[in-house]
Amino acid sequence: MKKTGAQILCESLIKEGVEVIFGILGGAVLPLYDTLPQYPQLRHILVRHEQGAAHAADGYARATHKAGVCIATSGPGATNLVTGIANAFMDSSPMVAITGQVARPFIGKDAFQEADITGITLPITKHNYSVSDATELAGTVKEAFYIAQTGRPGPVLIDIPRDVQQEEVEFVYPDKVNLPGYKFISRGHSVQVKRAAKLINQAQRPLIIAGRGIIISQAHDELKELAEKAQIPVVNTLLGLGSFPQNHVLSLGMMGMHGMAYANMAVQSADLIIAIGMRFDDRATANTGGFAPNAHIVHIDIDPAEIGKNVRVDMPIVGDVKNVLKAMNKEIDSRDHLDWLSQLEQWRYEHPSLDIRQNDELLPQYVIQQIYEATRGNAIVVTGVGQNQMWAAQHFVYTKPNSFISSGGLGTMGFELPAAIGAKVGCPGEMVWCIAGDGGFQMTIQELATITQENIAVKIAIINNGYLGMVRQWQELFYEHRYVDTKLWNPDFVKIAEAYDIPGIRVKRREEVIPAIQKAMDYSGAFLIDFVVEPEENVYPMVPLGGSLSETLELPKAEIVSSHRNISQKE
Amino acid sequence: MSDTKHTLVALVEDKPGVLNRVASLFRRRAFNIQSLAVGHSEQPGLSRMTVVVSGDSAVVEQVRKQLDKLINVIRVSDITEEDIVARELALIKVNATASTRSEIMQIVDIFRANIVDVSSDSVTVEVTGDEDKVESLLELLRSFGIKEVTKTGRVALTRGDTQ
Repeated sequence: MKKTGAQILCESLIKEGVEVIFGILGGAVLPLYDTLPQYPQLRHILVRHEQGAAHAADGYARATHKAGVCIATSGPGATNLVTGIANAFMDSSPMVAITGQVARPFIGKDAFQEADITGITLPITKHNYSVSDATELAGTVKEAFYIAQTGRPGPVLIDIPRDVQQEEVEFVYPDKVNLPGYKFISRGHSVQVKRAAKLINQAQRPLIIAGRGIIISQAHDELKELAEKAQIPVVNTLLGLGSFPQNHVLSLGMMGMHGMAYANMAVQSADLIIAIGMRFDDRATANTGGFAPNAHIVHIDIDPAEIGKNVRVDMPIVGDVKNVLKAMNKEIDSRDHLDWLSQLEQWRYEHPSLDIRQNDELLPQYVIQQIYEATRGNAIVVTGVGQNQMWAAQHFVYTKPNSFISSGGLGTMGFELPAAIGAKVGCPGEMVWCIAGDGGFQMTIQELATITQENIAVKIAIINNGYLGMVRQWQELFYEHRYVDTKLWNPDFVKIAEAYDIPGIRVKRREEVIPAIQKAMDYSGAFLIDFVVEPEENVYPMVPLGGSLSETLELPKAEIVSSHRNISQKE
Repeated sequence: MSDTKHTLVALVEDKPGVLNRVASLFRRRAFNIQSLAVGHSEQPGLSRMTVVVSGDSAVVEQVRKQLDKLINVIRVSDITEEDIVARELALIKVNATASTRSEIMQIVDIFRANIVDVSSDSVTVEVTGDEDKVESLLELLRSFGIKEVTKTGRVALTRGDTQ
C-alpha cells in the first residue's frame, strides 16, 4: 500500500521505538505535522526555540539511553538546531535530528527559508542524510537510528524536502542496514586485554579514570567488580560522574580542572592509569605535558581515533567498555594496595577540597549540598555551564548512572532547562533538578512555556550571583579583577516564573534554603527557586589554564570553617 | 618526529557529498593536505581516493582513523611504507617558436612525455610519472617560459597481488 513520505517517516520512527519528539513546525515540515495526528503513539512536545528541541532530545537520550528525536523546519529552524547538535556530538549523545527542506525544484535557488543544513552540520554530526526520494526514506531512518545508537553514539541529521514528505510510494521497512563503511569493534582484542591485565596485576599505584563511556556502555557493574577485586581507586571525569558510586570507599570523586585536589594528586602519583571510556579532554587532563608523569596508561575506548589523540598511550584496547571489562576482570588478580590506598586517604584528609568558607552570605555550594541532602541523591541533576555546573558536580554525591546530565565537551550555557525537560519526559518517575546559572538560564528561558504547556514537573534552582560567574572568576584571577561586562542586570526570575504560570520563590538567606527546597519537592508541578548567592564566590579547587594537575589551587585554609561532606557517608 | 609525506588510499562510496566530507575533515582537524585525487574504482559504486598528507606519523595515524570513521569511507590505508606504484599526470603549456620547438621535442622524448597540442607559439606537453620526474621536466621547460600547468596529484596502488 502506498503511503506519503510523511507517513513513512512517522511509521519508521515508531518502528524504531520512538515515543517522544521535540520540535517546532514551519513551512517545510507542514506535511509531516499534518500527518502526526494519525499516529497518537508519537508524543510531540512543542518547544519555543529549536535549540531547545535539540537539547531536550539530548537530555532525553542521556536519561534513557534511547536516541532523542528533534524536528525543525528548513532554514532558520534547521540552523537553530546547530548548537544542540554540536553539543550532542561532543558528548557522544545519540540523537536523530529531522529537518524540513525546501521542495526539490527549489534546492540551490536560495529559496525562502533555504539553508544547506547537511553542509552546515557535516563536521558536527556522526553522519547526515539529504533524502532526495521518498523511496529512500525508510532505509535512511533505519540507518540513522542504527548509526546514532551504536558504536560511539552521536547525532545523525536527516534533511527531507517538503515535496518528498508528500510523495506517495510503497512503504517497506528494511530489516537490516547495509553500511559497508560503518564498523565498530565491540570486543577488545584478547591479547591486548591480557597484556593490560598483566600491567594492572603488576601495578603498585593503579588508578581508574572512569568516563562517560562506562555510562553509555552500561558497564558500571563491571567497573565496580574491577575496582573492588583489585582494590583500585576510581576518579571520574565530569561526564563520568555516576559511573562509579561516589559513596564507595574506593571513589576519589572528580578529577580535572575543578576536580578534587586529592583526585588530581592520585592521577599525578599513580604508576598505572586505567582510562575507561574517556577521551583525555583538556579540562580533565589539564596540561598534557605534565599529565600523570609516573604512569603507564591503559586506554579502553570504542573509538580508535581517541587512542593516542591527546596523550601517549602504552596499552590501547579498542572495544565496547562493558565487553572489555568483562573479559579483563577474569584476568585480574585480587589485590589490596594497602599502602597506596592509605596514602590517598591521607591526602583526602589533608586536602579536603569540598570544605567551604564560613560566610554570612548564602553560599552556592551550600545550596547544592542541601539539594543533595533533601533528595538523598535520588534525583537527576541537569546543569548549565560554568560555576553552577562545577558546584553541582562537586557538592552532590552521584551514586547512579545517568544521574548527572551536563554539557561537558561543548560547554553550552542554556543547555540546562531544555535538557532537564528532555530528562523529565524520558524519566517521568524521577525527580529532575535543573541547576542553572543566572546567565545561562536566560539563554533558553523561553522553554518555561514548554514546561507549562506540556506540564513537565522539573524543579529549577537558579544559582543567581548576578555575574557570568566563571568568566568573572577568570577575570578576578587572571585579568586583575577587570570585570569587563560580566556583571548582569537580571529580571525578577520569580515574577518571570509566575508569568509562565510556574510558582517560584526567592531565597536570600541560609535558613530559607531547606524550607524552599522542601516546598519545591512537595509541589506536584514545576517549581522555580531563585537562590541569590554570594556574588563573588569562586570555584575551588582549580587548575589554572596551562598548568598541570600538580598545580591544583585549593581554597586558602584560613577561610575554611564549615566542613560538609564527611567520611561517615562512605559505605 | 619529522614531517614526511604519507600516501593514504581510501575506498569510498560514490555518493554525493563524499568528497566534501573528506575535504571538510581535513580542514576541520587542520591536517595538511598536499594532493587529493579521486576517480571510479574497479567496483561499481565505489571510488578510490589517493591523498597525500604531510605530518609526523602520529598526525597521519590520526588522519587515517578520522577518515575511517566517515560512514562513506569503506577502507583506508597508509601505503607509504609499502611497495607502491605512484604516478601523477601533468599538462604543461610551454612557449614554443619555430626555433625552440625541436629542442622542446627532444626534452619531451627523453622524458617519454607526449606533445598533445601544438599552436603557433606554444606546445602542450603531457607527462606521467612520479613527482620527481614531473618536477624535473618542469624545471627543464621553465627556461622556455611556461604559460600554464595543471596536475592531477598523486594516484597510487600497491604492487603485486591485492589481498
